[in-house]
Parts: sequence; structure tokens; C-alpha cells
Amino acid sequence: MTQYIPILIAVVLCGLLATLMTSASRLLGPSKHTPVKDEPFECGNPSSGSAWGRFSVKFYLAAILFIVFDVEVVFLYPWARIFRQLGFFGFIEMLVFIGILTVGLVYIIKKGALEAV
Amino acid sequence: MILPEVNWAAVMPSVILTVVGITVLCWELWMKEQDRKYLAWLSLAGVAGAALFSYTLWGRNESAFNGMLALDAYALFFNLIICLATGMTVLMSRHYVENNELPAGEYYALLLFAAVGMMLMAAATDLIVIFLGLETMSMAVYVLTGIRRQNVKANEAALKYFLLGAFASGFFLYGVALVYGVTGSVKLGEVATYISTHFSDGAGSPMLLAGMVLLIVGFGFKVAAAPFHAWAPDVYEGAPTTITAFMAVGVKAAAFASFVRVFLLSFGALHGQWEAILWALAVLTMIVGNLTALVQDNIKRMLAYSSIAHAGYLLVAMVAGGELGGAALMYYLVAYGLMNLGAFAIVVAVGKKGEPNEEFNDYAGLGFRYPGLAMMMTIFMLSLTGIPPLVGFTGKFYVFSAAVKAGYIWLAVIGVLNSVVSAYYYIRVVVTMYMQEGEKQVEPLSTRPALATAIVAATVGTIMVGVLPAKPMALARHSFASLQKPAQTASSTPKKDQAATSTPTATAPSKTPHH
Repeated sequence: MTQYIPILIAVVLCGLLATLMTSASRLLGPSKHTPVKDEPFECGNPSSGSAWGRFSVKFYLAAILFIVFDVEVVFLYPWARIFRQLGFFGFIEMLVFIGILTVGLVYIIKKGALEAV
Repeated sequence: MILPEVNWAAVMPSVILTVVGITVLCWELWMKEQDRKYLAWLSLAGVAGAALFSYTLWGRNESAFNGMLALDAYALFFNLIICLATGMTVLMSRHYVENNELPAGEYYALLLFAAVGMMLMAAATDLIVIFLGLETMSMAVYVLTGIRRQNVKANEAALKYFLLGAFASGFFLYGVALVYGVTGSVKLGEVATYISTHFSDGAGSPMLLAGMVLLIVGFGFKVAAAPFHAWAPDVYEGAPTTITAFMAVGVKAAAFASFVRVFLLSFGALHGQWEAILWALAVLTMIVGNLTALVQDNIKRMLAYSSIAHAGYLLVAMVAGGELGGAALMYYLVAYGLMNLGAFAIVVAVGKKGEPNEEFNDYAGLGFRYPGLAMMMTIFMLSLTGIPPLVGFTGKFYVFSAAVKAGYIWLAVIGVLNSVVSAYYYIRVVVTMYMQEGEKQVEPLSTRPALATAIVAATVGTIMVGVLPAKPMALARHSFASLQKPAQTASSTPKKDQAATSTPTATAPSKTPHH
């Protein structure tokens, strides 16, 4: 069990820090409400209704494609960290991995999944 | 940094299928519409290559990738069953895909990827790798189930299968987590060692038993054992018929391969705990499958319930255990594969574009207008019932004699009674074909040579393996024996953190809920 204590400490510290930061800004900062400031923040655009509306399924497609290449990066980081120990074998291994993902990319481009509609 | 040694031989059949699958997927992007048929032939060549490679590996017994995969006769035997199921499915699909305007590239690629997952499951000796194989297989099959995107039933089937399957995977993972929590390892060999040293009385601890039961739920879902079978009829009915055949045979074989490996290898010392659970599951599965199949009017639903019933017979063999039970289970999977693939191939043959012809009434009078087709369907139905000398009889004979020899007389009696019940709905197909009038026209098989090949091959297999069971049974025995004598893993040294993990010891009082 002892090996989990650092994780516990990290969780507690993060919680404390987050609470501290949000409560400090609430307590110390000046609080001036204007109608514009009270709106939910939507990338600077004026908000347009509830978030519980219906979305085009195309967003889902974009999100799932993003995840594929996001996961690729997640694998690339630890690989880069131990690149030297892994040696040539690790290099080939990663080439195969990226090669398979590239096939996926070629496939979705060719199928027109990235075309703007 | 110690990297696990790469054992190419252990993964080569899967690698072949993966490469061919990716090639199929990409090739389709650039090929002309009328060249689509080559995708089927390329896939078939890939499956044949994987089967041949598995065959040449026969006789090797080693542990690969740090004890994550096994290259033993058991895995290779299942590789061959999986290749049989995939190859037959490709043959059945050749015209089906064209007639139903399914996306050929994705279809064949997913079929091959699913087969890769199945092979991984059959060979895995590590709970996490089993889970990876399970998911690789399931993801592909979920998509294949719903590949007829315009069809409402297919959509319903795919969504149901996906949601329930994801839930079952959750059960499975939770089970893995609990087993890991108790034993400190996910490797089947190490789990077995831990259990036999710490729970030598065979009682286990509550946490370990909970993990074991959750694993039973996960596997029970995949093999469609009652009470985890509710998805099967809807999914089998909604999926394209070729995929239904693939699911009924391939998925079941792969799940049983892993089920048996985990329970006989890792939880062998706890046999007294899980045999009662599986006994009850087997009886329930046989009864539910057979009784519900009686009232179906749709052939695909009837075959779905029949496949549930067959999962029950397979569980009987698993409960019987030992060399005889294990070999009987493997033989029965071959038998079940041959006759079920054949029966589904006939359903594919009778169907037309936009006119699935899946009701019993659609089979009326087929016996007079298409004597060859009806005769082969009769052979498959009689074999599924268990009439000698067909393969279904030999399979059931081995299963029930293994159960009797292991002392499960009642299980065998219930199984035989269930077989009698099953005769009603199998023979009903035959009666409909030969004793009722009907005008349904079937597209002649001569225009679909690939499908005809599949049906004839299944017929020949159903008869030959049934008449000459000695050789396949000897192979099954030999393969199962390789499971009992696992190869030494390279890293058989005990893990360091194993001692640090807080685990209840054997002396701790443990409740046994099933006695």
C-alpha cells in the first residue's frame, strides 16, 4: 500500500491548490456583474441557447478521429522519453505503429470524412 | 530496460490476417466497382495463409512475450477453428455483400480484424491480453452487426450488442481487477501458482471468488449462456446472416477457448467452487435455449436460440473437465462450427436482395423444387439434433460420456433430454421443406459458386468428421493436453510486489457461497 501514498499526497495537494486559487479569486477580486460577463463563456461568441440541443453527427466523427490521433501522441511521449534505451527496435516498432495510423488517415481522407460540408 | 523477446511464430497467423486486413481496407479505396470480388479472394487467401502457418507451427509448445501469449497446440487448434469460421464466412459473403450492397472493403477488413482478436484470445495467457483480444474481436463484430446501415433491425441489433457488450466487458474487467488484487498478477500461470499455494484447501477468499464470478459473467455473455443470453436472438436476427454465422461459431469458439484456459489453468485449484455455478449455468442455458427455440417462427431466431442451447452442451463438457471433457469441448466446437456454418449458409442461399426469406413458411416446399439444397439443410438439421452418424451425434456422445465418466450423471441426463426437445424444432424445418406447399423461388446456386462451395464443404465436413471421429478427437486430446502441461514462462520468478500486496491468507475464514 505504501507505494500509493505519493498519489494520495498529489491528489490532496491538487485539491487544496485548486480550492485555494478559486476561493482566493472569489474573496480578493472585485465583483462587478454585467450582463455580458454573466453569460456562459463560449469561445468569445455570443451564446446561442442550451447545450442540450441536437448536434450533427459530423461532430461525433470529428471527435472520434481526433481521439485516434490524440492517442497516437500519448504513445509518442513515453516512447520519446526512453527512445535511447529502446534502440533501433523501438524505432521500428514506432514506425509500424505510426504506419498503421497513417493508413487510417489515408483511409479517412480518401473516404471524405474530413471534407467540410 | 528489459524488452520481452519477440516471438514472431506465436503471432504470425494474426500478423498475416492484420496485414491482409489493412491491404483489403486500402485496396478498396482505389479499386473499380466491378473489381470488388477480388477483396473476397484476397481475404480468403489471407485466412488460408494464417491456417497454413498455424498448421506448420503444430507441435511447438512455448510461452511468448514474457508469458503473455502461449504458442501451444491448444491455441493452434483454436486458430484452425477460427480460420475455418472466417474462411467459410468469406465464401458465404462473396455474393451476399454484392447483392446487399454492403461496403466490401470495410466488411472483409473487419471480418479479418475480428479473427485477429479471436486468435489473440485463444492464445492469451494473461488476463489483460485476453481483454485486448476480446475487445478487438467485439469492436469489429459490433460494427459488422450494424453494417446494413439503412436497416432498422440491424441498427437495433448493433446498438443492443454494443451497449450490453460494453457492460459485460466492464464485468470482465472488474473481475480481472479483483483477481489481480488478490493474487498480485494477471498472468494465468502466476495466478494458478498463487491460488494453489495460498488456497490449497480450494476454498478461496471472498474477493477472489467475487473476481471469479465476475469473469464467469463476462465470458458467459460472450458465449451467450443463460442468463446472459438475452442479447443473442435480437443481435443474431438483425445482423447480416453471414455475420450471424460468424458470430455463432467464431465468437463462441474464441470465448470458450479463453474461458477454458482461464478456468482450468488459473482457477483449477478452485474447481469445487466454480463447478456448481457452471453446472447451474449449463442446465439453465440448455433449458432456456431449447424451450424458447420451440416457439420461434423465424429461422435466424431459431438458430440463435439453438446456439444458446449448444453453449449449454459446451458448458456441460467444461464442467466435466479433465482431459476427456476438454477434448470433448474442442471436438464439439468443431462439430458445432461445421453444421452451424452450413445451416446459416443455406439461410443465406434462400435469402434474396430485399427479401430475406427467413420465416419458416418461406421454406415450405423447398424439398421438391430444390432437392439438393433441401437435402443438405436436412443433413445440417439432423446433425444439430444429434442423429448418428453425423458430426452432431459424435460431438454430443463425447460431451455426455465425458460428463458421465466425471460423475455428472444428472447433467448428462438433462442434456440428453434437452437434445430430444431440440429434435422438434430442427425436424420442423425438414417437415416444412418436404411436407408443405410453397412457391418461393431461390436463386440457383450455380450463380453463386462461392456459397455453393461453402455449403458443400460444410456438408462433407458434417458427414466425414462424424463418420471418422478418431483423428479429430485425437487432435483435440493432444491439443488439450498441451494446455495441462503449460510451458515454463521465461519470467517464472515471483513478482516483488506480490508480497507487498495485502492479501487474505489461506487461513482467513472464507465464505463459500455455493455449498
